[in-house]
Amino acid sequence: MQPETLNHLAAGPGRTFRPLWARVLRVRRETHDTWTLTLDTGGPFAFAPGQFNMLYVPGVGEVPISISGDPTSPGPLVHTLRAVGAVTRALCSLKPGDLVGVRGPFGTPWPVDRAEGLDVVIVAGGIGLAPLRPALYYLLRRREWYGKIVLLYGARSPRDLLYRRELERWRGRFDLVVEVTVDHADPSWRGHVGVVTRLIPEVSFDPWNTLALVCGPEIMMRFTAQALLDRKVPPENLYLSLERNMQCGVGLCGHCQLGPFFVCKDGPVFAYPRVAPFLGKREV
Amino acid sequence: MNAYWLSRDRLDALLEALKRRGYRVIGPVMREGLPTLAPLERARDLPWGVEARAAPGRYEVREDAPKARAFDFVLTPQGWKRLLFPPERLLFRVRRTDLGYEVTTPDPEAEPPLALFGVRPCELRAIQIHDRVLSQGPFADEAYTARRRAAFIVVVQCTRSLETCFCASVGTGPEAREGFDLALTEVTDGFVVVSGSFKGADLLQEMDLPEATEAQQREAREAVARAARSQRRRLDPQGLRDLLYGNLESPLWQEIGERCIGCGNCTMVCPTCFCTTVEDGSDLSGREAWRIQRWDSCFSVEYAYIHGGSIRRSVASRYRQWLTHKLAGWQDQFGTLGCVGCGRCIVWCPVGIDLTEEVARFREQHAAVAAQEEQP
Ligand SMILES: Cc1cc2nc3c(=O)[nH]c(=O)nc-3n(C[C@H](O)[C@H](O)[C@H](O)COP(=O)(O)OP(=O)(O)OC[C@H]3O[C@@H](n4cnc5c(N)ncnc54)[C@H](O)[C@@H]3O)c2cc1C
Ligand code: SF4
Ligand code: SF4
Ligand code: FES
Repeated sequence: MQPETLNHLAAGPGRTFRPLWARVLRVRRETHDTWTLTLDTGGPFAFAPGQFNMLYVPGVGEVPISISGDPTSPGPLVHTLRAVGAVTRALCSLKPGDLVGVRGPFGTPWPVDRAEGLDVVIVAGGIGLAPLRPALYYLLRRREWYGKIVLLYGARSPRDLLYRRELERWRGRFDLVVEVTVDHADPSWRGHVGVVTRLIPEVSFDPWNTLALVCGPEIMMRFTAQALLDRKVPPENLYLSLERNMQCGVGLCGHCQLGPFFVCKDGPVFAYPRVAPFLGKREV
Repeated sequence: MNAYWLSRDRLDALLEALKRRGYRVIGPVMREGLPTLAPLERARDLPWGVEARAAPGRYEVREDAPKARAFDFVLTPQGWKRLLFPPERLLFRVRRTDLGYEVTTPDPEAEPPLALFGVRPCELRAIQIHDRVLSQGPFADEAYTARRRAAFIVVVQCTRSLETCFCASVGTGPEAREGFDLALTEVTDGFVVVSGSFKGADLLQEMDLPEATEAQQREAREAVARAARSQRRRLDPQGLRDLLYGNLESPLWQEIGERCIGCGNCTMVCPTCFCTTVEDGSDLSGREAWRIQRWDSCFSVEYAYIHGGSIRRSVASRYRQWLTHKLAGWQDQFGTLGCVGCGRCIVWCPVGIDLTEEVARFREQHAAVAAQEEQP
């Protein structure tokens, strides 16, 4: 038996399943049910946009959560979580100074290196904006390398919108198109109302030369993929980030399977043609 | 490969040699009327004169066969999976201290190494498949890997098959050609032995056995060939992957789903099934917590749960997941079928579902549809 303290890099037996510890630096409330945690892992946390970590609260559980921070400026680790159940609620109620277990980063990234010279259309639904934000940071950092950049973001209602101040800032940029829509408006809302797929026919980009990155509820992704294909975005330029039950994050527990894939290690980001044969079928 | 002769009365010397090297020897012994894998002390504890009969949903043991043979039971109800890959294990324990959290992890290298005595060829193949899944991916299960690396494997080739066996059709038995330390074949009066590793060769040298005669070796070869010929069940691997992926929406799944009760027995007895889940615990003071990993089954409803509900609510969809993973997905993921033809899932299914028959029905249906499409 080997004792181990904060950020002492794990070695020896059980490494695969054993977390490292990160200290909570800041907890920021994004919406009524979503929080952003900033974590100190004892050094810069390198990751690629679209990757996730397994976050662990002792005695409660461990869940997959995407990294939502900036991959281009090495700094603390950032996660945005919606409190929906036991583990996410425990994570969202952590206080600065608390420790959280981290394993990762895991999974395939958004193919941002393929975006050079292309228009990029990012479509996010709900919490799906969290794993896409690192991709946007990455693209904006090298803005001149790409054509148009479009962000289409749908939330249930105005009070569910994530990163509001940042959205405003992005909206103010001339080199970025940001369209936000909500399913249910409230009296203060002046923007689009309706599902995010409805924005796709309306925005301008060059479909043949577009890379599309999509994350949200599976049904939203299916309709979004269809709308993008209808506009003649090449299917192989269309990428989705899938969600499945994950107990290990590293291809050992079996839970995340979709057809021949382990979503945790072959995904979560997939090129559309690879997963299309399985996505439309019920209960696969 | 030199073949040696191990007379029945030297079996104990073999067990002793293993123990002297520090191995904990596990082998088949009779427990509550069933051949069971447990610590094997002496050769006389082997299931001498025990024969098993198996059929869909049935397993019976007769103990009145001539006492001259120890391995005619063929397969124990539960296989070797639980020894290298236990049904439940502590991943780690966390203690809250003034500095933070302190993690302790059980060290599998602290356990005595295992000698698995009497592994059947299909079961050896299942272990080799687990090696690919658990040890050879980008991330390894270190506990499995350490236990496996330390283990000594004594295969006993099959000279008899159960009615539910179909290893010959999937190429995993009834004879193992590599991957063991020693392989025994049971013939009249004793065993023909070969080694398959330096560890095995070294042990044989120490035992100083006579070489097996040509007649003894011929008897061994013929007995194995007879077992292969006796098998009636078949699973044809040809085109299996495309057959299953191509029929994800076949009405046959629904029909199987009406018979299957979703108990998950098939996954528990299958020597290649590897899915696990994790359970979190803590003491009342909240100072200590732990994570326990347990075997899981794709037949459980929570298996594919994500916020909002399970992805696979119907039993039909869960059976489809099991069979397509085993026979198709596995080929993409690990370059092999996930089925070694041991037939255990057939025997332990309470409603007697037989995957070889179900696959045959998919083939028939597929052929019928193809024929229809060809007609003008
Ligand atoms: C690759 C990936 C990235 C994700 N990124 C984020 C993110 O950035 N922010 C965020 O808020 N959520 C994210 N999720 C979803 C998040 O993992 C689930 O909301 C979370 O697991 C729910 O756990 P719970 O215990 O709070 O809820 P409960 O609903 O009580 O879940 C019980 C258990 O079921 C399992 N489970 C439930 N839902 C999921 C799920 N959706 N995915 C996997 N396992 C599940 C977990 O083991 C969980 O402990 C992501 C999921 C995946 C697969
Ligand atoms: S699927 Fe059935 S026959 Fe094949 S290895 Fe598993 S238990 Fe044995
Ligand atoms: S196939 Fe048989 S053993 Fe497997 S879950 Fe269904 S009823 Fe249970
Ligand atoms: S999450 Fe365990 S295999 Fe993918």
